[in-house]
Parts: sequence; structure tokens; C-alpha cells
Amino acid sequence: MKNNYSIISLLKNSLSYHENWQQAWRDPEPKKEYDAVIIGGGGHGLATAYYLAKKHNIKNIAVVEKGWIGGGNTGRNTTIIRSNYLWDASAGLYDHALKLWENLSQEINYNVMFSQRGVMNLAHNLQDVRDLKRRTHANRLNGIDAVWLSTEEVKKFCPIINTSPDIRYPVLGGTLQRRAGTARHDAVAWGYARGADAMGVDIIQNCEVKGIKRNGDTVEGIETNKGFIKTKKIGVVAAGHSSVIANMAGIRLPLESKPLQALVSEPVKPIIDTVVMSNAVHAYVSQSDKGELVIGAGTDAYVSYTQRGSHDVVEGTLKAILELYPIFSRMKMLRQWGGIVDICPDASPIISKTSIKGLYFNCGWGTGGFKATPGSGDLFAHTIANDEPHKLNASFNINRFVSGDLVDEHGAAAVAH
Amino acid sequence: MFIITCPFCGERDQSEFSAGGEAHIVRPKQPTELSDDEWADFLFMRKNIKGVQFERWNHAHGCRKWFNVIRDTSNDKIHAVYKMGEKPPVK
Repeated sequence: MKNNYSIISLLKNSLSYHENWQQAWRDPEPKKEYDAVIIGGGGHGLATAYYLAKKHNIKNIAVVEKGWIGGGNTGRNTTIIRSNYLWDASAGLYDHALKLWENLSQEINYNVMFSQRGVMNLAHNLQDVRDLKRRTHANRLNGIDAVWLSTEEVKKFCPIINTSPDIRYPVLGGTLQRRAGTARHDAVAWGYARGADAMGVDIIQNCEVKGIKRNGDTVEGIETNKGFIKTKKIGVVAAGHSSVIANMAGIRLPLESKPLQALVSEPVKPIIDTVVMSNAVHAYVSQSDKGELVIGAGTDAYVSYTQRGSHDVVEGTLKAILELYPIFSRMKMLRQWGGIVDICPDASPIISKTSIKGLYFNCGWGTGGFKATPGSGDLFAHTIANDEPHKLNASFNINRFVSGDLVDEHGAAAVAH
Repeated sequence: MFIITCPFCGERDQSEFSAGGEAHIVRPKQPTELSDDEWADFLFMRKNIKGVQFERWNHAHGCRKWFNVIRDTSNDKIHAVYKMGEKPPVK
């Protein structure tokens, strides 16, 4: 059993210059067989393993990761957490996650720096106003906190926004979810990894899946660069590379993978103490604890796995940022990067069984998966353990594309796509 | 971000074009006779290949014509461009 992190362990380790901290997780070689294998060591995959071990008493689990844990979209997102989605199914899913976030640091004994600083969504035209007001009402009917703010209230809540009526896309108001906020994304991966490892989960990094072995309609195991691993249950949480794994298994998914970009500025003193998002002009911004402005840009419109993204997308976002926040005009941008997001036609995720027995997919989170990490892991673990979805993710099955029962969240997704 | 050679206008920046997704998905001749599974497969399911992919592009801010592109999605390198109705060039 691992030592708990606490004020006492911090003091104790300071006496030895912090050189004797226990390793947070092991670095094991894969065993020949596991009860379940999770493909993908990002936040969602590690959370899945954690809840499988914790709540469903399946301890013989491996998480296989092509690179290093949290090196994919978990470490590339803009860390925004909210649950103000329009439809009942999404509200249930994302608010389940938000409730888990509220207690996550205590649950996994790892400070994920969850900060409920509020998320504001701006309206820039009459249709935005109608849509966002409708969304506020829908949220409140589902027990999710949401308020409508007038232009003056927006200005009061975040004084640096340019609310002048003569800008190209004036601010006509906005919505605010106060329980929403941000968290430190790396800590989420590390915390779940440490928690899962302590319960016996093998986290195997630099282990790339090369093939899925099937016997008819049942899975038998995975081929990796570290050899064959036998298992009866495979949970795929591979984000942008979900289709690559699906193609190995011989099934098709309704996904397209596209680069989504973000960038951060040089660090400055505290200037914005909330998260402001704006779908219509495609700009959102918050400030990290280090002082960097964290800016989210859009997706490229074409399929690509390059983890870069196009310059014109960043340019468009920064134009909008500068008009909304003239105070940022002389800021220098420090870093820019891209992550590959897997987008469903209805902008909602898939947490589902497949036509192959023992093969489960958790994918399609598109541009907004980070916020759902704890809930996604919890519900996917339930689905894998029971071979049946939890009622909160029943709507997010693959079959909805056949039945037509889609969960259209284009309006509430962070990024217009 | 890359350069696409439009078969009608020549080399242009990618931002002039809009992507039309996977190519050579034939619209069913008798949609009414398809099962729900077949219709879903036509409408939603995609190969979404990491590697060499056949896709459609439209020169939206140029001649506005559609054409096909063979592109490696892992590095955005374009292998070939060919017009609608033409057979893909054999490598």
C-alpha cells in the first residue's frame, strides 16, 4: 500500500530535501493474461481502470499506452470543466462528472487543483441569445446551476471584456455556470494512475497495440510491441486514434479525427479570474495558476493525425480574442500545440458495447472530453464490468446512429464543428 | 496547413478549400430498400484512416469545383489529385 500524501508526509520529506518520495506508480512488464485491458493511458483510460478496480472488484487489469500516460489529449486540452449541456442525456452525463470532480482530490488523494471559478458563455447575436437562454432553462430543469447575464452583468463579472456595442460581434449577454471551472490536467492522469496502481493495476507505457485478436465475434487478446496479451475484455479509450483501433478489430465507427489547437501566452499577473467562452467568434480564454493565458482555438475542417493544426485557425481565434479583450494586444504567445480529437456526427460521445463480445469503446468526445474524465471512467467501468451500460450512458451507445436517436449537442459543445 | 494543387486552378493554399470527407462512398441507388444498418453505414460510418486516405475536396474560394485527393493523414502529404469521375491513379 502506498503512503498517503498529507501535510505530515510533506514535512517529513522536506527533511530529506524531497529526494526520497515513493515512486507514484510501478513500471511493470505485461503479464500473459489480464481480466481486462484498457487501451489508452489518458485520463479517461486511467479513470476507467481506477473505477474498475475500486467499484467492480476487478483487480487484474492492464492499461496499455503507446506513449507516456497523459501525453495525449489529457495534457493538451484547455482544462475547462462544465456541465451546461442542452439535452437531458448530456446533462446527466456531464453533471455526474462534475459532481465527481467536486470531491476528486480527496477521493484519489492527489491535488487536481479543481477550481470552481465559473464558466461564462457569451452571446453575440440574436440567435445566440435565444439558444443560450433556452440552454439556461434546460439546465435549471435538470438541476444544473445556470444564470443568464445581461451585457452589463457580463462586464461586471469580467471587467476586461470589451462590451462596446460597435465591435463586429458585440456582447449581447451570456450565461454563467458558477460550479464550472478548471483543473490541473496532468494531475488528473497522475492521480488516477497512482490510485489505480495502488490497487494492483499494471500501467504499461510505451506499449503500442498492433492488432486485436478475435475468435469469431469474441475478443481473445491484443498484439502489442511487447508481445501478445490475452484478455476477455478490452476497453478502448484511444481518443483521436479510436478509428485506428476499430480498423484493427474490423469495425467502423462514426468518427472523424481532426487537429484541435490551443496556445498559451507568457505568464502575467492575475487578470482574468474565470473562464470565458464564445462559440460564435470561436475564442475562449482562462488564466492558469502560473499566469499564462490559456486560449482554445478551433479544429481544422479536414481529417488529420498530425497533432499540429493550421495557422489560419489560430489567426482567426486571436483576431476574436483581440477584439473582445483589447488589453491583450501586446501579449506574446509562448507555445502552441495540437491534439487529435475524434468527433461524432452529433458532437456527443460513445460509451458503448460493440457488435464484438468483450470489445468496448469510449470515444467520440471530440473537443470536450477533459471535463468528463471522472464520469466517463466511472460509467465506462460500469459498462465493461456488467456488459451493460449504466443508465447515465445508455443513450451514448453506438446503435444510436442506426436508430436515429442522436444526442445533438453541436450548440453546447465548446467548439463549433 | 498545406498546399493543394487544384486540377483546374493550380497550387493554392489549403485555406481556400473545404474538405468533403472520405471519397468514393457511393450513394445507394435505392435508399428506400436499405435496412437501418445499411443506411447508418452509408450516412455515418467512416474509415477515418491514419495513413493514405482517398478524400474529396472543394475549391470553395476559387473555382468551386469538386475533385479527389489522395493524402497521407499522418503527415498531410498529398500523393495525387484527380478529377471527379476519374479512376484514382495507381501508385
